[in-house]
Amino acid sequence: MTTHDIATTKTPSVVTPARVLRNGFSRIRYETLTYFRQGDVVFFTFLFPVVMLTIFSVAFSSSNFFGKDAAGHSVSAAAYYLPGMLAAGVLLSGLQNLAVDIAGEKSDGTLKRLAGTPLSVISYFIGKIGRALLTAILQAALLILLARVAFGVALPTAPATWLTFAWVFVLGVATCAILGIGLSALPRSGKSATAVIIPIVLVLQFISGVYLAFTNLPTWLQNVASIFPLKWLAQGMRSVFLPSTLEAAEAGGSWNLSGVAIVLAIWLVAGLLLARLTFRWIRKDS
Amino acid sequence: MGRMTTSTPAVSVRGLRKNYHGVPVLRGLDFDIQRGETFALLGPNGAGKSTTIEILEGYRDRTGGEVSVLGVDPQKGGLDWKARLGIVLQSSGEQGAATVREQLIHFAGFYPNPRDVDEVIASVGLEDKAGSLIRKLSGGQRRRVDVALGIIGRPELLFLDEPTTGFDPEARRQFWTLIERLKAEGATILLTTHYLDEAAQLSDRAGIVADGQLVELGPIDTIGGAEARIPLVRWTRDGVVHEERTERPGEFVARLAAGGEPERLEIIRPSLEDIYLELVARDQPQLATATSAATGKA
Repeated sequence: MTTHDIATTKTPSVVTPARVLRNGFSRIRYETLTYFRQGDVVFFTFLFPVVMLTIFSVAFSSSNFFGKDAAGHSVSAAAYYLPGMLAAGVLLSGLQNLAVDIAGEKSDGTLKRLAGTPLSVISYFIGKIGRALLTAILQAALLILLARVAFGVALPTAPATWLTFAWVFVLGVATCAILGIGLSALPRSGKSATAVIIPIVLVLQFISGVYLAFTNLPTWLQNVASIFPLKWLAQGMRSVFLPSTLEAAEAGGSWNLSGVAIVLAIWLVAGLLLARLTFRWIRKDS
Repeated sequence: MGRMTTSTPAVSVRGLRKNYHGVPVLRGLDFDIQRGETFALLGPNGAGKSTTIEILEGYRDRTGGEVSVLGVDPQKGGLDWKARLGIVLQSSGEQGAATVREQLIHFAGFYPNPRDVDEVIASVGLEDKAGSLIRKLSGGQRRRVDVALGIIGRPELLFLDEPTTGFDPEARRQFWTLIERLKAEGATILLTTHYLDEAAQLSDRAGIVADGQLVELGPIDTIGGAEARIPLVRWTRDGVVHEERTERPGEFVARLAAGGEPERLEIIRPSLEDIYLELVARDQPQLATATSAATGKA
């Protein structure tokens, strides 16, 4: 008993909030640094939406079925797909990347090593979410830059619109990152992680209005997709980047931003509970 | 660092039992490790060494018995407890997308009183590789990074699970020097290894686990009892190999030589490895052959 007391008074506790936060920031730096050193991961999560935006913008460059803005000009394919690809980027950087990454860290021994150190799980989560946010910001900047410079997409000018973009984006990344942490428990091994996670992500993109116009889907499929966060994330992004003339084409004839906020927030809270309940550094006694 | 002056053992294990899916793998282990002591846990593959060490590290829950590590039950060990441990697990296959120095700086930040990163890099002999990505290192070099990460937090108690696997002879000698220095600083060390010369060189006491039980426990130079250490004289005459155990090999050889020069004369003092193999063979005939093959390869 006394020996323990001596030891704890000699060295300050490692679980002060300041320390947990400091290690969290150290994790963000470390996570981001190591992320960009993995070429395959960077391509399939970071550059994928950029490649897709380029393909769609080029493939449909002479099409004019994306509607017209208030001045009567046709909306270009690049302008039409930009919000969808921004939403897809948030999903990939948050959900897909973290779910696959953490499942891999579980099976390659990374988490076992961390479990033997005084690193708090909270610091680890801060690192993952922080990295998702940083990479998603870079990805969004790249997408917007590409759309503006290469395809001449006109960007919103009203500060209020950019404010909408900011909260939809941050809420979207947080929700997707938390869900990614929760979903990392699903694959049984690091090797099977991509095979388990990518189909989920791909199906979600097809039914949520990222690649296909949402209102062209059958109503029952729209109802199914409305349960999941991506549909709302994409809708929020469209409200920022598409002309208001296209609002009438949305489900219910409205961007429904309060719906976007509510559904994303519900998934965020549910994801937090799921992550809190399911996350383990290691599976004991498996 | 400040040393504990009490005689409470660093590790105390009483009646430790562990079942996997109802099958017992540890059948009641008892041992203590004193503060400042280096203790080697030896035994064939599958005997329960890693299960024991992982229970002490808090990675696995025990089925029965009492365990105390630095005064704490590992099943309830929090972050402050982990800050006092250094853990070198058996080798793993992490991505290794950080450089040696980045990795050590990052991990040093987890601990309240870490060692100097460059000193640690030098102590495991990786000065030339400090700026290299860990995934570009050889197996032995990666293992040295594992050891460096184990000691970066200035642990009171260091767990080393087969630390020198994949080391070349020079790296092993360097590792031994490092461990001697940690011992001199007062660290308590629990070591598992298949290299019996390493155990003999580094540890003060050893326990031999076979089939989930401690079959031997004691100071390294008394393991197996005095009888197991009686020198062996071996020679060949007329194509037949003869062996004789004797406490007075000189006298015996003199007598032997009087009857003509013996061929291939050897006087063998049983090494820890010889004693170990004999002990394990006695308790676990089928495992012993596998182990002698493994150590023979090493």
